[in-house]
Amino acid sequence: MSVNYGSKRIVVGAHYGTRDWLSQRITAALMALFTLLLLAQVIFSKGPIGYDQWAGIFSSQWMKVLTFTVIVALLLHVWVGMRDIWMDYIKPVGLRLFLQVFTIVWLVACAGWGIQVLWRL
Amino acid sequence: MTELASKQRPKRPEFRNINALTDLPGYRLPLAGLVSILHRVSGAIMFILMPFIIWMFDTSISSEISFEKFKSAFNLGMLGLPGVLWKLVALALVWAYLHHFIAGLRHLWMDASHEAVSKDFGRQSAAFTLAMSIGLTLVLGAKLFGLY
Repeated sequence: MSVNYGSKRIVVGAHYGTRDWLSQRITAALMALFTLLLLAQVIFSKGPIGYDQWAGIFSSQWMKVLTFTVIVALLLHVWVGMRDIWMDYIKPVGLRLFLQVFTIVWLVACAGWGIQVLWRL
Repeated sequence: MTELASKQRPKRPEFRNINALTDLPGYRLPLAGLVSILHRVSGAIMFILMPFIIWMFDTSISSEISFEKFKSAFNLGMLGLPGVLWKLVALALVWAYLHHFIAGLRHLWMDASHEAVSKDFGRQSAAFTLAMSIGLTLVLGAKLFGLY
């Protein structure tokens, strides 16, 4: 392999993707734990699950804060994943930039909506 | 060596670019490859359907009235589309979440353990992932469509 360090290093990104990779793994673990926690609350709720039981799960402050954190984690996780897809399959720079901007707008809009629903409860 | 280098060997196909329509259908992916591409597909599905997911969160949780609206969308239909179709969309999301979840755990495991990256284990864990995600989708789908 040719020299790829020091002044000959080929710079492809500030952190060579390590930070994105790590953030995707950490957010995934957080969301997996949240899934199990939510599932446990649904399974162990008393009686058939109706509106009161379902809304009750998200009514406590700690659950709101945790859900908020998971929404932010989801935002970061999906950004890394969708960016990977665009970088792998979309070659024209203009189209790729458009799709990346679209992804950010889509995700921020969805996160805003989700957080609004959560906190007016 | 001389035999290998001889020019009598049949000419192998040469690919300069992979065409999604003419080349991809001929690919025979190993199970791990299938799990991998489905991980992407399921992620993309959830990304596209994200507004629908938040709509479900919104209507199911905001009030008793919206909760009834949420239920009627799947029982009576919504926006001129029958309820069955909305149930199918929900089922697609159920599959996407299950596959992404289980394949994701497999991914995390492979990040943490060298043994998990072997060819044999990769194949076995891929088979397990597919069996679990499809099996659970069938079980939850039967519940969704009121079979039990």
